[in-house]
Amino acid sequence: MDPSCKPRREFLLQLAGTAGAALISAQWPAMAAAAQHAHEAKNSPKPYKFEVLSPEQAKEVEAIAARIIPTDELPGATEAGVVYFVDRALKTFAADSRPIYETGLLHVSEVTSKTFPSLTKFSAATADQQDRILEILFQPETSEKTPGRHRPDATTTDFMQTIRLHVVAGFLIDPEAGGNRDYVGWKVIGRDPDHSFTSPFGFYDKDYPGWLPATGGADKK
Amino acid sequence: MTQAHVSYKPSDEVDFVIVGSGAAGGVLAKELSTNGFRVVVLEQGPYLREADFSHDEVKVFQQHQITNNPKRQRHTFRATPQDKAKEQLSVLYGNCVGGSSVHFTANFWRLHEIDFVEHSKIGDIPGTTFTDWPIRYADLEPYYTKVEWEVGVSGLAGASPFDPWRSKPYPMPPLPVKGSGVIFERAAKKLGYHPFPAPMAILSQPHAGRSACVACGFCLGFGCEVGAKSSSLSSMIPAAEKTGRCEIRPNSYVHKIEIDDNERATGAVYFDAKGAAHLQKARAVILAANGAETPRLLLLSQCRQFPNGLANSSGMVGKNLMPNTGAIGFGVYEEPLNDYKGFAVSRILHDFYELDIQKLGFYGGGGVDARFDMTPINFVAQGLPPGTPMWGPGFKKTLHNNFTRTMQIFFHGTSVPVETNAFSLDDEVKDAWGLPALRMTFKDHDNDLKYMQWMTERVMEILDASGAKQKWHAPVGPQQFAVHLLGTCRMGDDPKKSVINIDHRTHDVKNLFLCDGSSMVTSGRGQPTMTIEALAFRAADRITALAKSGEISG
Repeated sequence: MDPSCKPRREFLLQLAGTAGAALISAQWPAMAAAAQHAHEAKNSPKPYKFEVLSPEQAKEVEAIAARIIPTDELPGATEAGVVYFVDRALKTFAADSRPIYETGLLHVSEVTSKTFPSLTKFSAATADQQDRILEILFQPETSEKTPGRHRPDATTTDFMQTIRLHVVAGFLIDPEAGGNRDYVGWKVIGRDPDHSFTSPFGFYDKDYPGWLPATGGADKK
Repeated sequence: MTQAHVSYKPSDEVDFVIVGSGAAGGVLAKELSTNGFRVVVLEQGPYLREADFSHDEVKVFQQHQITNNPKRQRHTFRATPQDKAKEQLSVLYGNCVGGSSVHFTANFWRLHEIDFVEHSKIGDIPGTTFTDWPIRYADLEPYYTKVEWEVGVSGLAGASPFDPWRSKPYPMPPLPVKGSGVIFERAAKKLGYHPFPAPMAILSQPHAGRSACVACGFCLGFGCEVGAKSSSLSSMIPAAEKTGRCEIRPNSYVHKIEIDDNERATGAVYFDAKGAAHLQKARAVILAANGAETPRLLLLSQCRQFPNGLANSSGMVGKNLMPNTGAIGFGVYEEPLNDYKGFAVSRILHDFYELDIQKLGFYGGGGVDARFDMTPINFVAQGLPPGTPMWGPGFKKTLHNNFTRTMQIFFHGTSVPVETNAFSLDDEVKDAWGLPALRMTFKDHDNDLKYMQWMTERVMEILDASGAKQKWHAPVGPQQFAVHLLGTCRMGDDPKKSVINIDHRTHDVKNLFLCDGSSMVTSGRGQPTMTIEALAFRAADRITALAKSGEISG
């Protein structure tokens, strides 16, 4: 059994187990079926076969990802299986980014050999050397931010910005969507994988005495 | 669980065709079908159910599962009519059955009495078309109450000393407080303000056969998987379908309102999912397509009888866009808040609802909320402090420390109406259906830029008083992106200065009605959905009365 589907599945089963409770909505049976389907798809015993990246490219992507979110006492991009997410992304929602990866990965090799003439591959460099290369590659953000709300910017054509977005997504996405293997990304940021919560949620609402109106006068400012 | 729903043929002349199934369209569909009318709702987006929603941030934010897709609904932007417009995402709206009520935050604030009569109180603001509403708070109050009870709003009546009068308490208690709410409440009280439990269109208890919120935290931007968020999808649409008189027709992109020689609307022309065009015939047409697409549709429906666009004899269609102003601050605290759990907002304050224009030298008013509305990937995109490394150990350390310890303070405020701030049709860019793209022309009035700066200072004061270890604010400056699409077919008594009358009937076409954010005359204080729904409940009553007395078809 794949443990990564547990929270949503448990959540659904737990609700199904309290059938008759007013919480149950007409949607639960369909949701439970969808969760089961995702679970079965993920449970397939076949090893992952890269569909877009060549094995060589996958190795480079994995090495870059491992420096963007390194493994230390806590898991990093490698443990989250980010490279598989990137491959699937390039097959699906980020298919437009394939040329960016093609030229971007070539550029990474060029910078690698320019910086360390004995090397041709980023993945062959030591961690310190890799960090030196990334410092060169990661240009400061050039696009000026406009005020207001923002969504992750998927329109950039810069390879480092693109791969960073994909690595972050592969690290932090809900595992049902194909990344964040075994919830390791959520472990790093402290997000409980449960699918439902009850208050108190954290430290500050733990001892909340209940709402009371403010005592001062309500004058206009 | 599936039940057979009514379906009409396009050639069937139904009583009403409603364009859009969002906050306004959902309410109108439910009310009019309940009142005995035959209704077809044409919705541009797909019909997704709770089971189709997930916590997949890529599907929602990158693949636009429930919002407009910039590759299909293309937009252009320019600051002034003299500039050349360039293609960019200008507006964001829900593009599925339920519209923007599916993905919204669910802050549900009534307008106050002052919102309707503010021009009378403070007079003209140079460079604006600032004016009073033709209706008053008292006209809308019964409908706000209807929204609270029928759509489902949790809150605590009488909790804010600034609240307007109300005829009934909320149907259910407020949602539980979050860490952000506690921190905000303490800081605000220290500063002499009056924080109170936020009224939210999220069920704190089971209601009308729907589930209570399970506090999963995937709220802003996402469709609710348990139907606890009070979208039109979970509240109004099922009730409309249950009447057996209302058909919701998804994947139907309306691009023209058909007009006959007597200058009456005869129906709506739409492309189906395969791109084939149909005319859905109707005795009356209601546009509830949002404050961008309603005016665009009127302009696209330009015809011999209405060469400047349908119902546009005033020239006001698309103008006076008010996107609301805002200021956002961030605080990081010593201990985990775990504010990702729950919903976005649990505490707000309205001490700044009505500001003293004489004292400040600019016009404005607003409300402040404490929130955490960022799901994990989005948090990296917009929730990290300035100067956070882009990658490596420092980047990871910040993610590790901050995700559970960050909150936002969001000040929402007024925009002034400026005639040149407008939606119109682009001259060059075409959408995926070959129709002129939506063009947004927008430049914040100096008044609003000053106000945003002032709001930002207040946000930072609250963060100062809150004991944040680290704090910063979003940049302040001109806006180029709108989510609140307000004022673009305003209501008014004067047909030369407004597009619709107090019955939401267009001044020019007797059987054409508009109801959505475009109807609003002023911007309110930044949480428009509840007002859009109250307007829709009221419009449904007015339209029903007109139809029953033979004043629409006659």
